[in-house]
Amino acid sequence: MSERFDEIKQEILDGIGGLASSKAVYEFKKQFLDSKAGKIGLLMKEMKNIAPEERASFGKGVNDLKEWAQQRFTDLDEMIKAKELERRYEQEKIDVTEPGEEMKSGNLHPITQMRNEIIDVFSGMGFEVFENKEIENDYYNFTALNTPKDHPARDMQDTFYLSPEFLLATQTSAAQIHTMEAKKPPIKILCPGKVFRSDDDATHSPMFHQMEGLVVDKKITLCDLKGMLDVFVQKIYGEGTTTRLRPSYFPFTEPSVEVDVSCFECGGKGCKLCKGTGWIEILGAGIVNRKVLQNCGIDPDEYSGLAFGIGLERATMLKYGINNIKLLFESDIKVLEQIDNN
Amino acid sequence: MLVPLSWLKEYVDVNVSAEELEKKLFSCGFEVEELKEVGKDVSNVVVGYVEECEPIPETHLHVCKVNAGSHGTFQVCCGADNVQAGGKYPVALVGASVYATAKDHKTVEGVMTIKKGKLRGYDSEGMLCSGVELGVSEDMFPGAGYNGLLVLPEDAEVGADVKPILGLDDYVFDVSITANRPDCQSILGLAREVAAVLDLPLKEPSYEYHETDVKKDGFTVSVSAPELCPRYIGHYVYDVQIGESPLWMKRRLALVGQSSISNIVDITNYVMLEQGQPMHAFDSEYIEGNAICVRRAGEGEKITTLDEQEYTLNPNNLVICDGVKPVALAGVMGGLNSEIRDTTKAVLFESAKFARDNIRKTARALGKRTDASAKYEKGVDEYSTVHAMKRALHLIEELGCGKVSSTHLDVNTGNSIKPWEMKVSIQKVNDVLGIEVPTQDVLHILSNLNFAPEVNGDELKIHVPAYREDMDSYPDVAEEVIRMYGYEHVKPTFMPDALVTTGGMNAKQRRELKLKKDLCTTGAYECIHYSFFSPSDLDLLRLPKSAPERRAIKILNPINEELSLMRTTLAASMLNAISRNQKKGNLSGRLYEIGKKFIAKELPLTDYPDERETLCIGIFGEKESFFTLKGMAQKVAESLYVKFDYVPGKVSFLHPYQTATIVCNGTEIGYLGKVAYPVAEKLDLRTDAYLLEIDLKTLGTLPAGKASFEPLPKFPGESRDLALVMSKEITCGQVEDCIQKNCQYVKGIKLFDKYEGAPIPPTKKSMAFTIDFVPGQEPFEADSVDHFVKKILKNLKNQLDIDLRS
Repeated sequence: MSERFDEIKQEILDGIGGLASSKAVYEFKKQFLDSKAGKIGLLMKEMKNIAPEERASFGKGVNDLKEWAQQRFTDLDEMIKAKELERRYEQEKIDVTEPGEEMKSGNLHPITQMRNEIIDVFSGMGFEVFENKEIENDYYNFTALNTPKDHPARDMQDTFYLSPEFLLATQTSAAQIHTMEAKKPPIKILCPGKVFRSDDDATHSPMFHQMEGLVVDKKITLCDLKGMLDVFVQKIYGEGTTTRLRPSYFPFTEPSVEVDVSCFECGGKGCKLCKGTGWIEILGAGIVNRKVLQNCGIDPDEYSGLAFGIGLERATMLKYGINNIKLLFESDIKVLEQIDNN
Repeated sequence: MLVPLSWLKEYVDVNVSAEELEKKLFSCGFEVEELKEVGKDVSNVVVGYVEECEPIPETHLHVCKVNAGSHGTFQVCCGADNVQAGGKYPVALVGASVYATAKDHKTVEGVMTIKKGKLRGYDSEGMLCSGVELGVSEDMFPGAGYNGLLVLPEDAEVGADVKPILGLDDYVFDVSITANRPDCQSILGLAREVAAVLDLPLKEPSYEYHETDVKKDGFTVSVSAPELCPRYIGHYVYDVQIGESPLWMKRRLALVGQSSISNIVDITNYVMLEQGQPMHAFDSEYIEGNAICVRRAGEGEKITTLDEQEYTLNPNNLVICDGVKPVALAGVMGGLNSEIRDTTKAVLFESAKFARDNIRKTARALGKRTDASAKYEKGVDEYSTVHAMKRALHLIEELGCGKVSSTHLDVNTGNSIKPWEMKVSIQKVNDVLGIEVPTQDVLHILSNLNFAPEVNGDELKIHVPAYREDMDSYPDVAEEVIRMYGYEHVKPTFMPDALVTTGGMNAKQRRELKLKKDLCTTGAYECIHYSFFSPSDLDLLRLPKSAPERRAIKILNPINEELSLMRTTLAASMLNAISRNQKKGNLSGRLYEIGKKFIAKELPLTDYPDERETLCIGIFGEKESFFTLKGMAQKVAESLYVKFDYVPGKVSFLHPYQTATIVCNGTEIGYLGKVAYPVAEKLDLRTDAYLLEIDLKTLGTLPAGKASFEPLPKFPGESRDLALVMSKEITCGQVEDCIQKNCQYVKGIKLFDKYEGAPIPPTKKSMAFTIDFVPGQEPFEADSVDHFVKKILKNLKNQLDIDLRS
């Protein structure tokens, strides 16, 4: 019988050479290994014609042959599949340098991004956010902030008037008064808002944004102002940034300071951005004037406070190198798409 | 304010360089906006002695042999008519820099470098200079104004730098003075600060003068509006000889840009610059009625000022009158009728304090701002009022241009110019700063600032000079101390004694930020537009006369008409933004803004108006449609956890059949739609545009859901596609409503196809929907969904006459 086994082996070996596809392998394999009609399966049917003492070795021979054939076909199948896969991959070759599909998402306005960044920093320090009114009355915008009618500081800001009493807020500081009237110390608030001054050129816009900060508690000092602002500038402009205080004047703070930040472009060595000085002016601040606290019914002998005001346009323009304030209000998509959400 | 270093040195022996002084001033609160070196553009110009001078034939030129001392002797060609042998002139050496002038030899056209040259065949190594070429005017050096060579004094050392001789080695500081320090609006005022910061004594100028026995008999001064004029000092000066001022005075005035007029007028200007007190001089001959009266102007009263402008006044304006007529517009400018002339023989000097607010209003109302009015607006103290008069009278004597009479009239509301005492706690001063400034430093600083401090334990007594009207309580003292002690001593601390507070945004602020971020994911860019808009925007929006949007709040003093109204809608700004983008070639895009519109309760305003947060979306481009915008509206609804319904609507600037009113919980909260063609045309839009506006303030008051988890269905759902045939009038919304109402298991209905045309009858249309059915607690039976569909179809037929497409 072993000749028969050899014949089948040879038949398989002769046949598989010409097989080129999985399907052909499958069809050819069926001729031998189909459980009903396969040539190897049919061998088993001859068992009854085999002498009983030889049946065991015949059965083993058939099984060996079956295993051998299966192994051949599996190997062949794998080889052909690998080839087919290779071919398929080749057919699907693409030019990877073609452009990707556009995933369009818009951006928050650069001012909003700057505003959020600042809010994040101060939120962590315990500041709540209050929004200010765009239309204010004379009392909150000026008088309560220690700027009575004949005060020369009123000339520092060209005010838009809506009526003898109502005007467009010239500073977010009015929010200080609204807050302190409604809330007693401890107070830590941030008031972002739109403010308006009658000024219109390459560096001034009649509408711009400020962010007011106010702390009122016991024993608040100039050192606390410095400490708080140092943390702020480090978070916004990077570790190693420092502040410099220098005397200034605002009616609602005493002492008042301008705060400069060490130039984040050159690290203080002097460059075009800082005009060679190593410092960039970023905000005005000070210790809350006693009269302002009094105007809000807070005892200035018990409590003291600090306040600061940041111009968001300036901070934004410095951060992104935007050279004309008007670009922030023209809504040119070519500008807006450059400042990705951060 | 311009401050020449040489003038400052009159009062303080400044012992540091100009640059160092700039830093010192900066550190104590006086920012120097510009430090100008007077002779900055001039270099290598020395005293030249012309040893020989020969005319060059057939020209106006001369060839000179110029001895420049240690620099050598050169041949120089010169075209000036006043060159002569034996003269000393400035000579610009080869490599020197001087001003280049136009053909007229007067107009400066830039800076030039002197090179070796040849004129008519003669070598020329250098240039003899005129005053203009060195930037020196007649007021700075006599003879410098001559259109020819500047003649140097005979004793000038040959070869020496000409800059010190001509006053070109000087600096001018342009100092910015903060509003709380009107006392520093003068050279002397700033000199006090310089003395303090340099720890040097202040050399007060002389205020001495001698009154003669001469009196102007019967002369009176009265003030009938003391609230506007708390102090008025007049002094009569006679035997006046009008003439030129001395060089030192002319030079100082020239350095701050004032031209010299005559000795009397120059004295008033000089004293104003030095003392910060505006002064006026009347020609006493033209003062009628032997009197001065300070009063409010009558309604319609007229005055012609020195610059020959006539003004019609009203009782808000203060005037200085003689016995008959106004002779000056108080604090602003003198009258033409009593101006100083060449023939003036007697003068009445005025030094007065006027209410700053009134001067400001008058200057604004008349559009006339002068150096004097600017000083008054910032505030003039009575200390200066008194001292300026003394100083002017001293200068009369020093210049020898008149005699000081004993007619001195002083109308005073009773203010003292003596220092006032203020007591503060040293501890409180330190508490403001957060550091302990050593008491001896505090005393030293305050003493340098003329506060004559005395200390007794914790009590600090200071004597505040009358010119320091800004001093009020201990924080002011703290500021004085720290600005001199140095802000670098302020060490960072972090509110060690403060209570802990919780920070962050409130729910509304967080919701708004989330909405903005969600809108960004739709590809939209956030914009910020001005809160004001133009009356023409209301017309652009085709708003009817009665539209509430036309009741906009007006700005009384707008920059221009375009920016004169507070926005009552955000639509116009958005349309304009779209138009600007298209003009720049951005033909598609999505923009949104969250801003406020302003609704007045009544006009003119008597109360705060309603500031309503509003969302406006504008999209444009060929790929956009009503439905892409509606998709964004859906994004808004999802972001805010609300449900919007859309009903056909009308908006004056939108397409009549592609506009929907947005409704939430039965309340109209906005609109969306396609921009009407005439509006688009007016804006030159090249593609269609769509606009949405939602009143977020109203929306914020409506109930909203929140992010929550719903367990996933336990059993699988099933979907069915139904193509339905219906009358053309029926809307998608009606079909959806009908399906939804008739089966509680419907969890989704989505239109996926629309069709009109054969074989559908011409009056009908077909719409195809995918309907998702989701089981509840029990799984669907085999035929459950078929039953639902049957019921739905039955109801569609009954309620809307809709058939299943066969």
